[in-house]
Amino acid sequence: MRAPDQTSLAGKPTVKPGTLVVSVRGLSLTFQTTDGEVQALSNVDLDIAAGDFVSFIGPSGCGKTTLLRVIADLERPTAGTVLVNGVSPEKARVGRHYGYIFQSPALYPWRTIERNVALPLEIMGYDAAQRRERVEHYLKLVNLSGFERKFPWQLSGGMQQRASIARALSFEPALLLMDEPFGALDEIVRDHLNEQLLRLWNQTRKTVVFVTHSIPEAVFLSTQIVVMSPRPGRIIDAIACDFPRDRTLEIRETPEFIKIAQRVRAGLRSGHSYDE
Amino acid sequence: MTNSALALPRSARASQRTWIADRLPVLAVVAILISFWYLAAILMNAPLVRDAFERNETNYTSVELVAATLNSERPVVPAPHQVAAQFIDSMFGYPFDSPRSLAYHSWVTLSATLVGFTLGSLFGIVLAVLIVHARALEKSLLPWIICSQMVPILAVAPIVIVVLGALGIHGLLPKSLISAYLCFFPVTIGMVKGLTSPDPFQLDLMRTYSASAAQLFWKLRWPSSVPFLFASLKVAIAISLVGAIVGELPTGAQAGIGARLLTGSYYGQTLQIWAALVAAAIMATCLIALLDAAAAWTNRRMGAGI
Repeated sequence: MRAPDQTSLAGKPTVKPGTLVVSVRGLSLTFQTTDGEVQALSNVDLDIAAGDFVSFIGPSGCGKTTLLRVIADLERPTAGTVLVNGVSPEKARVGRHYGYIFQSPALYPWRTIERNVALPLEIMGYDAAQRRERVEHYLKLVNLSGFERKFPWQLSGGMQQRASIARALSFEPALLLMDEPFGALDEIVRDHLNEQLLRLWNQTRKTVVFVTHSIPEAVFLSTQIVVMSPRPGRIIDAIACDFPRDRTLEIRETPEFIKIAQRVRAGLRSGHSYDE
Repeated sequence: MTNSALALPRSARASQRTWIADRLPVLAVVAILISFWYLAAILMNAPLVRDAFERNETNYTSVELVAATLNSERPVVPAPHQVAAQFIDSMFGYPFDSPRSLAYHSWVTLSATLVGFTLGSLFGIVLAVLIVHARALEKSLLPWIICSQMVPILAVAPIVIVVLGALGIHGLLPKSLISAYLCFFPVTIGMVKGLTSPDPFQLDLMRTYSASAAQLFWKLRWPSSVPFLFASLKVAIAISLVGAIVGELPTGAQAGIGARLLTGSYYGQTLQIWAALVAAAIMATCLIALLDAAAAWTNRRMGAGI
């Protein structure tokens, strides 16, 4: 375990590479449903360092999305401690420490793309000039310049998800939480967006926590892969993935890539009984 | 909505043909309805006309009988052309301040409708906002709201008129209140649905921004509810017109469409009743068309498929 992160509680934390952005100890979460209790997460320990790209991978129902939502203070754990930038998830959320990207773009259909990207800025009280500047900058970063005045329905699914990434980046959080953002897209678009996401991560030096159920996606993007298994959701393997930050899609052909993918697959198989 | 920017230019002749083709079903239905109306007028008025001929010991042919059924002074069922003539005459044939002017009576009812619609819609929206923000209110208020709509308005209207009259309130306001009483209900129900329509992702998004309750309302709940708002306003405006007319019945038939209906039935002036009905129907159509235009304008501004 590394030393706790030194972040100022006032304003945006200044995160040095290597310091701890997310720290989870003994986390358990039980949902009360009409069928009784469902244990979504059991005794999870996890550290995420600044600048890392960490993927949670596992079959449906393994609690990977729940874990992300706990970090984002969208769910409350039943036991254990979670620190985000050294403070509780609630403080981190209220302090707007992270940007969250959902499975669906969740763009507001009555807002143009530029006003969608400006939404968090409006809420956080940026003035009109700052909003205009940020929107222009981040739409350019996700290659959506020229689409400012379009409405979401006029864009393809991949473009909508890029707009939602620009929206999450617009208020410049140091931490990005992404919940299967490309899950609904076809493989060609997904490859393209993965490359763009890597470029973005490399340029902005953000910490990314990424939920996926695609092995190649996890291996291609991550510096660390967290393999999870269901019933109850727990971590069964954490795999370091040391490709250079400016990796390209070609690394998927290399023996190292295939070796890591095999280890992920083996982890998934051991944690999951398909006879259930 | 048409995609005019992408539409290919068509020749004038082709668009003329489609103009007629588009309206042919409507025109056919109107023609059928009018034929039935004429048939009904002949059949329903024939006994009276025959009696009158026999009292006067006049000989009559069937052509004369039919002609008489379509032009009698106090028909059971007036023929369409009689209603049209009566409507045009009473609408435009008198100065506006004359009590015989249908335009004057229409205006009286229209003003009560508009005031009632405005009050009722605002009340309905406020109620919906309260219900959405305090779930306890839903349980405590909703049964009363539903009850209020099960009491027959014909029974409530005289009570409202009498009570407000005793308080010295006459004229527009009591009628508007009855109108508002009827029309707030669809607005409340529609807006509760509309304000709770955002999906979980959209709500979670606001939470990750730690948006305030006011921001959540104005930036998400309110815009999400706009389609529901217009749908319920269209129902509400038609009901508020009915409410205003019902509100005019117990006032002693001083003025308004309701008064025309009442005096018409007192004195067997069927033509007057029918002309008043036509006026009410035209008003309702225009009000709904106005709301449709407002909805279309708003939808365009909110990015609906142009």
